[in-house]
Amino acid sequence: MGYKTKISVLTGLSAILILVFLFTDISGNWSYILSRRITKLAAIILTGAAIAFSTVVFQTITNNRILTPSILGLDSLYMLIQTFLIFAFGSMKLTMLNQNMNFLLSVGLMIAFAGLLYKLLFKGEQQNIYFLLLIGLVIGTLFESLSTFMQVLLDPNEFMVVQDRMFASFNNVNDELLIISSIGLAAITLYALKFLKYLDVLSLGRDQAVNLGVNYDYVIKRLLIIIAVMVSVSTALVGPITFLGLLVANVAHEFMRTYRHHYLILGAVLISFVALIGGQLLVERVFTFSTTLSVIVNFVGGVYFIYLLLKESKKW
Amino acid sequence: MKKRYLLIVLLILSVISLFIGVSDISPSDLLNLQSEEVQILYVSRVPRLISIIIAGMSMSVAGLIMMQLTRNRFVSPTTAGTMDSARFGILVSLMVFTSASPLQKMLVAFAFALLGTFIFMKILDQVKFKDTIFIPLVGLMFGNIVNSLSTFFAYKNNLIQNMSSWLQGDFSLIIQGRYELLFLSIPLLILAYFFANRFTIAGMGEEFAKNLGLNYRQVVNIGLAIVAMVSAVVVLTVGMIPFLGLVIPNIVTIYRGDHLKNNLPHTAMLGAIFVLACDILSRVIIYPYEIAIGLTVGVVGSAIFVYLLVRRKAYGL
Repeated sequence: MGYKTKISVLTGLSAILILVFLFTDISGNWSYILSRRITKLAAIILTGAAIAFSTVVFQTITNNRILTPSILGLDSLYMLIQTFLIFAFGSMKLTMLNQNMNFLLSVGLMIAFAGLLYKLLFKGEQQNIYFLLLIGLVIGTLFESLSTFMQVLLDPNEFMVVQDRMFASFNNVNDELLIISSIGLAAITLYALKFLKYLDVLSLGRDQAVNLGVNYDYVIKRLLIIIAVMVSVSTALVGPITFLGLLVANVAHEFMRTYRHHYLILGAVLISFVALIGGQLLVERVFTFSTTLSVIVNFVGGVYFIYLLLKESKKW
Repeated sequence: MKKRYLLIVLLILSVISLFIGVSDISPSDLLNLQSEEVQILYVSRVPRLISIIIAGMSMSVAGLIMMQLTRNRFVSPTTAGTMDSARFGILVSLMVFTSASPLQKMLVAFAFALLGTFIFMKILDQVKFKDTIFIPLVGLMFGNIVNSLSTFFAYKNNLIQNMSSWLQGDFSLIIQGRYELLFLSIPLLILAYFFANRFTIAGMGEEFAKNLGLNYRQVVNIGLAIVAMVSAVVVLTVGMIPFLGLVIPNIVTIYRGDHLKNNLPHTAMLGAIFVLACDILSRVIIYPYEIAIGLTVGVVGSAIFVYLLVRRKAYGL
């Protein structure tokens, strides 16, 4: 199969899933059900695309297929913010507190954190990107210790509210936030388009890229900022789905078998739609909401990933 | 760092630890054998002290062994998925045998921890890029994945808050009758001491070790089994204590070089001192309440770890 055929197959598959998702099992009030489903679908498409894109770019920058932007510690920071808000103010207050405020606060803090981390990396001679990631992971573990500490002290009812935030969910996305995030993501994507042409060269590694005339540090910095913004917005919108990016980026690599990023990114985004919409259908119509989409995605992603790691191939 | 000074510090801290707490106990109460204070000492304070010392010692030694066997300064039970696998094991044992005895839980946790560590070692063989920083990154990712598996099952059984509350490192629940499993670590520590020289040779790499006539596979397996067992026991009785096995061995090797057998006593004692100091701190800071040890060690330990990472060139790590 050529790349174009593969892309068309994926597009067709997503289109079918979207149609099934929107138009099957409708009984009762048409317009209400449809509008709810469209909101859900919009959230899925927005976050799916953002996560797929940022993971593929991240793996290209780090030259490594087992890493995801979530190890920058952003997920743990998000959980810490949510746990702290509930711990300090209680869930009742929090629901009354403007949801937009919470969203903006989370996004702002996550981007500020990523900025601080990058500043630390690019300040001195430390150019090793793995160093940045390890620091991010360690700080992430610290955030987790803090959240666990507060979670244990919470009243079980309050904890249920925290637990809801722990797992990404597309079921109650706020319309206003959806609009704000789509504007934000659209803006950052426009900005990102400028750097897309460098990706193929960047995947050759730092030395080659510099040799071929790419302003390496400049481009990498910009791309890292783009990734941080995308991950922060999508996490604050629906919650953390840690292994979605890992899953779709690796499936995209295996399926597309190319290093051309135009196809790779497009493939990853489409695979992410298929996974999320298909998963959401499973959760709603098969499991009837007894589990959440992000738990399933993390489970499948985790198993697939261990399989990839153990497979006899020295790609990493 | 002389052994004798470490021992003195350890003794002083132990005495302080015995006499800190909500109910006031003065040394003079000890003379009166039947008093309530002696009971408190016997049921709560002494078990707590013993478990702190054993947990501190064994986790640090486990970290030292991991470090030696993987030839990487930043690999420890926390950064190799061992702790997370042990946790997964405990969850599984709770789901499968609803009324599991502590020993059963321990065995299942041990099996999982061992399996997890072996998978990590296998992954290590596959990775072509053996950078000092990259390997712990892989290990932490692996740990996260194991955690996501635990979450999958915990969510289905509505155990998430439960799980985080037992598995957070916490000494406040330790009383007589609930910590004795920890004594299993002591023979393991002695075993580690006897195998120390062999671990050092194994740490020089497979080819070299085989050349010197060492049964490489066997020694590595024994080392990993010790690490897995110790982690399982500690996770089950005390809970997760992050970064302990990472920070202490590194500090000791910075001062004393790489001789494993000579370093073992220092590592063990420094580990016990570190946990004891953190525990005393977490008991005084918001007196009369206390902070869980997992948090205190997590904060202090990650700060030291980041410091070591930043300064690693200066220490030649």
